[in-house]
Amino acid sequence: MNRATADVALMRPELPVGIVGYGAYIPRYRIRAEAISRVWHGDQDGGAPIAQKSVPGPDEDVITMSIEAAANALRRSGVAARDVRAVWVGSESHPYAVKPTGTIVAEALGIANATLAADLEFACKAGTEAMQAATALVGSGMAPYALAIGMDTAQGRPGDALEQSAAAGGAAFLMGAGDEAIALLEGAYSFVSDTPDFWRRADQPYPSHGHRFTGEPAYFTHIIGAARALMGAMGLTPSDFSAAIFHQPNSKYPRRVAKQLGFTAAQIAEGLLAPEIGNCYAGSSPLGLARVLDKAQPGDRILIVSFGSGAGSDALVYHVTDRIDDARRRAPSTDDYLARKQFVDYATYARWRGKIR
Amino acid sequence: MSLARHWRLRDQRYRLEGTACDDCGTIQFPPRPLCPNCRSRTLSPHPLDGRGQLISYTVLYQAPAGFEAQIPYAVGIVELGEGPRLTAMLTDVDLDALQIGMSLEMTIRKLRSDGDDGVIQYGYKFRPVQFEGA
Repeated sequence: MNRATADVALMRPELPVGIVGYGAYIPRYRIRAEAISRVWHGDQDGGAPIAQKSVPGPDEDVITMSIEAAANALRRSGVAARDVRAVWVGSESHPYAVKPTGTIVAEALGIANATLAADLEFACKAGTEAMQAATALVGSGMAPYALAIGMDTAQGRPGDALEQSAAAGGAAFLMGAGDEAIALLEGAYSFVSDTPDFWRRADQPYPSHGHRFTGEPAYFTHIIGAARALMGAMGLTPSDFSAAIFHQPNSKYPRRVAKQLGFTAAQIAEGLLAPEIGNCYAGSSPLGLARVLDKAQPGDRILIVSFGSGAGSDALVYHVTDRIDDARRRAPSTDDYLARKQFVDYATYARWRGKIR
Repeated sequence: MSLARHWRLRDQRYRLEGTACDDCGTIQFPPRPLCPNCRSRTLSPHPLDGRGQLISYTVLYQAPAGFEAQIPYAVGIVELGEGPRLTAMLTDVDLDALQIGMSLEMTIRKLRSDGDDGVIQYGYKFRPVQFEGA
């Protein structure tokens, strides 16, 4: 693992590449944390740091949610669907084990047929992995535009600690040429290792976790490893950033990792959505980035660092351009989706999520 | 619905693709080979923009096979801005908030699934307009 960092070069595409459109999606429904803990732990006050989490409706899944987020991204970009040459969806809750989410999203948006389409899986890192791949496709000159989506309807075993946070939502990013970008990629760095912190075996409905691995060896090692290496290679320090987004499995970890890296509470505030909606897994850090872009000003520099169990982190640095103001008005904001909420009780949630069989 | 039929209908199910008459401009949904207005046979595919209003609705408590997980749910007649009327399931709405005349927009959702091992069918549903002006 310590073969990592200092002398390894950062990742940067051959041609300038950036985000030309982005779109968020969060389902309408929420369940309060205390409605979950009351069922499994009685009325004791656990002081749940997550107030409520988002819940997909009975007719929603990663495919339908990806379509809406990607439609928002296309609308912001003004790019014609037929010019998009890749649809990559990162998720750990693809509706099919075999049958790509990407083709259905591509067909629904009018992107098919002349396109790549595939599903990526890397626990909570699959969305940023798709962003890296889409950047590379555009940066090599193979395609003018490529769509990267991080979206999940995360699973948590009933009664497990994960059930308190496993939520639904995500964001889509359309990558294109740097001179059309609303946020230009300045550099990226990816950092992985074989770490047994969390997994789900084939055909199992719920994941398992290696409790003691969750924090230090997994989340903190990978996020800090990726972020430090990237900032080091670029000669940047935390004070060079207007905002930073770290993966959000709960409310505590991103705050702690930000502090360890030297970021202030104000720098992570806008991109920290876990207290409002829980952990959207592959959609978590991408959704945080969408919210930061909603509020960003030209010239802002943004750091996003994902974390996926198993384990790894992608760190990316974006520089916001003056095209942001025009683009963000063209589709609903992340706050629009955050404000739209209807609470359901545990019984309804359990039925919708297939927890009663 | 058969696998073949769902596949054949995917353009209209996913993108609300109707037809526009090349001669008189009449727009139809679902797509048709013949214009009912001028009897022209030269029609072009025409995606509809997905905005409309609720003309009438009913609430289902007994669902046909494949729809059980969603009951109770509403099915409505929607008049699109371009003129055509269609029947669609309604979603993201509390059943007691439904009102004839309310503004609706298209969204793609799971329509039904063929058991635990069959295909999942996706297609248009309608919901109240979520974000005015967006």
